Amino acid sequence: MSSAPLLEVENLRIDLAVGGNRFAAVENVSFSIGRGETYGLVGESGCGKSITALGLIGLLRPPLSFGGGTIRFDGREIQNLPPAAMRAMRGKRIAMIFQEPMTALNPVSPVGRQIAEMFVLHEGVSWREAERRAVEALASVRVPAPERRVKDYPHQLSGGMRQRVMIAIALACNPDLLLADEPTTALDVTVQAEILDLIRDLSAAKGTAVLMISHDLGLIANMCRRVGVMYAGRIVEERVAEEVFRAPSHPYTSGLVASLPLLGARSRQGRHRLKEISGVVPPVTAFPEGCRFNPRCQRATDICRVNDPAITPLRNGGVRCHHHE
Amino acid sequence: MRFRANLVIGGALFATVVIAGLLAPWLAHTDPVLDADLMYAEEPPGSAYWFGTDAQGRDIYSRVLYGARISLTVGIVSQLINTVIGVCLGLSAGYWGGWWDDVVNGLTNLMLAIPSLVFALAIMAILSPGLTSLLIALGLTNWSFTCRLARAATLSLKSQGYVQAAKVLGYGDLRIMATQLLPNMLGPIIVIGTLGMGSAILAEAALSFLGLGIRPPFPSWGSMLSDARDQITTAPWISIFPGLAIFATVLGLNLLGDGLRDILDPQARSRRA
Amino acid sequence: MPPILKVEDLAVHFPTRGGLLGGRRSLKAVDGVDLDLKPGECLGLVGESGCGKSTLALTILGLQAPTRGHITLDGHKVGAGMDRMERARIAQMVFQDPYSSLNPRQTVRASLTAPLRLHGVTNRGEIDDRVTGMLRQVGLRPDQAERYPHEFSGGQRQRIGIARALILQPKIVVLDEPVSALDVSIRAQIINLLLELKERLGLSYLMISHDLGVVEHMSDRVAVMYLGRIVETGPWEAIFTQPRHPYTRGLIAAIPDPFRRSPAIKISGEIPNPLDPPSGCSFHPRCPFCRDICRAPSVPVLEDVGEDHAVRCRRHAELPPP
Repeated sequence: MSSAPLLEVENLRIDLAVGGNRFAAVENVSFSIGRGETYGLVGESGCGKSITALGLIGLLRPPLSFGGGTIRFDGREIQNLPPAAMRAMRGKRIAMIFQEPMTALNPVSPVGRQIAEMFVLHEGVSWREAERRAVEALASVRVPAPERRVKDYPHQLSGGMRQRVMIAIALACNPDLLLADEPTTALDVTVQAEILDLIRDLSAAKGTAVLMISHDLGLIANMCRRVGVMYAGRIVEERVAEEVFRAPSHPYTSGLVASLPLLGARSRQGRHRLKEISGVVPPVTAFPEGCRFNPRCQRATDICRVNDPAITPLRNGGVRCHHHE
Repeated sequence: MRFRANLVIGGALFATVVIAGLLAPWLAHTDPVLDADLMYAEEPPGSAYWFGTDAQGRDIYSRVLYGARISLTVGIVSQLINTVIGVCLGLSAGYWGGWWDDVVNGLTNLMLAIPSLVFALAIMAILSPGLTSLLIALGLTNWSFTCRLARAATLSLKSQGYVQAAKVLGYGDLRIMATQLLPNMLGPIIVIGTLGMGSAILAEAALSFLGLGIRPPFPSWGSMLSDARDQITTAPWISIFPGLAIFATVLGLNLLGDGLRDILDPQARSRRA
Repeated sequence: MPPILKVEDLAVHFPTRGGLLGGRRSLKAVDGVDLDLKPGECLGLVGESGCGKSTLALTILGLQAPTRGHITLDGHKVGAGMDRMERARIAQMVFQDPYSSLNPRQTVRASLTAPLRLHGVTNRGEIDDRVTGMLRQVGLRPDQAERYPHEFSGGQRQRIGIARALILQPKIVVLDEPVSALDVSIRAQIINLLLELKERLGLSYLMISHDLGVVEHMSDRVAVMYLGRIVETGPWEAIFTQPRHPYTRGLIAAIPDPFRRSPAIKISGEIPNPLDPPSGCSFHPRCPFCRDICRAPSVPVLEDVGEDHAVRCRRHAELPPP
């Protein structure tokens, strides 16, 4: 195993075209993921976390487009790969799962066949062999009675089972990196716990690195070693997971942590009024000048309204703020 | 706001027809019915007769102008009747469901299975020909699309939170349909209505052409076309100009309908906001 | 103090079409629920999808007819002699999705004025005063009243939804996942607003939520539902620090802990088909503490374990402490 990270993203920019103008929906986003590591991107809707993942595997569609930066995967720059080479890489070396598996699964094909297709497509095995391995793949994602379930169509399965099938498809060819975009948001909490366990166990067993994307700070902290907090198209803070909650540095992160009604907080400390973050999340077309959090920030001063802060390195991470703690 | 070619062109075409119809007494050169002069029958278009004259020597330009009145009356009134019937049936069927929904669905399917022109023909055969009968025939036979649309819109809208909220606030069924559901489906209904006006005008032309619509000598574009059948090779202008008028009106209404669809879609509106 | 909302043995069954020979089966969405909501209290109703919590709320508000049972609102038994107008003035609802819960064709003023007129307030001055006052209460400016919903952000829309629910001055408000559709950084604003309004206006809340953090923060008492029945109910401290039912324990343990890597107790499997619920205790196929006694027919009773705490589990006394 080499010491170089599996994935290195530098100054990624993704453009959004609106009525002839281009807006940077994601800008100056840099992070790296080590082999077998689970890295978290957390942020609210519209912060750019999902399109970052799409940008990594060349799945941006108009009005979104790649706007610049380098994406180095296993030592090779992949941002300008021709579509055919990118397609070969997707599924085989980088796989992705989504929030709503129903939209990502083919409704008219049995799930076993959809898994088998991955083996045929990427490993060139026969359909017979592929179908046999599809049963194993379903068993590995802890689907009960996999030899019967392979014949089911997606609509016959529950949401949790469909997400397991998606994971089976994603991990079929043992990819090096799994992009998981809100994989449990549509699921009930007990089912979510099982899916998270599954992702954790499989990635540990197979050595798969995971990019976990969620709006749920608690979930990301629970699942990941390192976390990037995104706001308005930027990573504003990157930390070791526990520190995001214990000692947040960016005012957005600390505001968010203080605003959450965390389970157990009232039992431990009684009921406090939750800290509010004033204002609203800005749309891509109206990101503020200077630091993008400044209109909502209690620490904002004149410099924040003019100068976009650079990243200040911290122990195990960095923060993009003029007045960080 | 972005320039919308279909809306502007469609609107201009339709407005021209409306103005022509309204101002016909002032714009026309002669009386469309009475001023026949066999001395000048089948004159080609020229400076005296812009669109030429027909077999009875009537000025086609004047007759096309007056014809706009009949076509517009038929288009607007019959489509209004269709829209009211379609919305009432579709909205109530979608909202209440149950046996009433089954009845309305059956009726709609029946209407869709029989071509509306054949239906109108049958009604016209029973009633005596004339404008009123034509309005009734066309007004009763073309509501099925509006009805389907209203029903589908109601089914998707009635589970919306604001409809539930209205129920919780104590609104009665009719009030919910009138204030919560109807305003939110008006856009597509207007679009369908505009397109329906075009087909009503075509249907009028077809019925008149078959001799079951407006009776000669009153100038409807359809009856003018029907009259011109025999001279189509010798005096083509007699059929060309009423044909062009129908074409321009129906094209205008279709473009207008498409343009309105873009504007009236509330999602498109909030996306722009 | 008598409860402001009393639900007794409420059941809502939906008939479903079986096969040709299968005959009719019914889906028991709510199957014998008893509930008390005391004045000024927030009762949190938790459970996963399909547990019947939404059906229960809709039935309380009169949007769904009950199959059996009684609902008493502010001392009036629903059904005989209580019309929908009277019910509307006692109980209102705040909806989950602030985008679909406002009529896109109505200004804020129109959606607040119409209910007042409907309920017989005709004096223009009084209507204006009440609309203005209500907008201030929920943190909106009166000059925003002429705007349409699409001109507002999600959080502001939810404030409008709350204003609409409160404009008739109800005593009970059903909150259906009031913050789960909002951006995370906006949720605290709405949670704080709801708690302030409850104190200021003396409201009683029945709050449906799957977010246990929100439920713990806001509730005075909590009821946990599973497959149409309440399996545990009690004061919030008891539910969150001394949960008795294995399902409640599992729900709490399933929430990812930001400070620890792995959940403690796991509930395996998924919610069974409600058309064909398990015999005995309906939770037994997923329960880590299941024994033969749990599978035996007859549904376990909701047993009082003291201090307003009740649990529907035959083995609750034998279970290890949480």
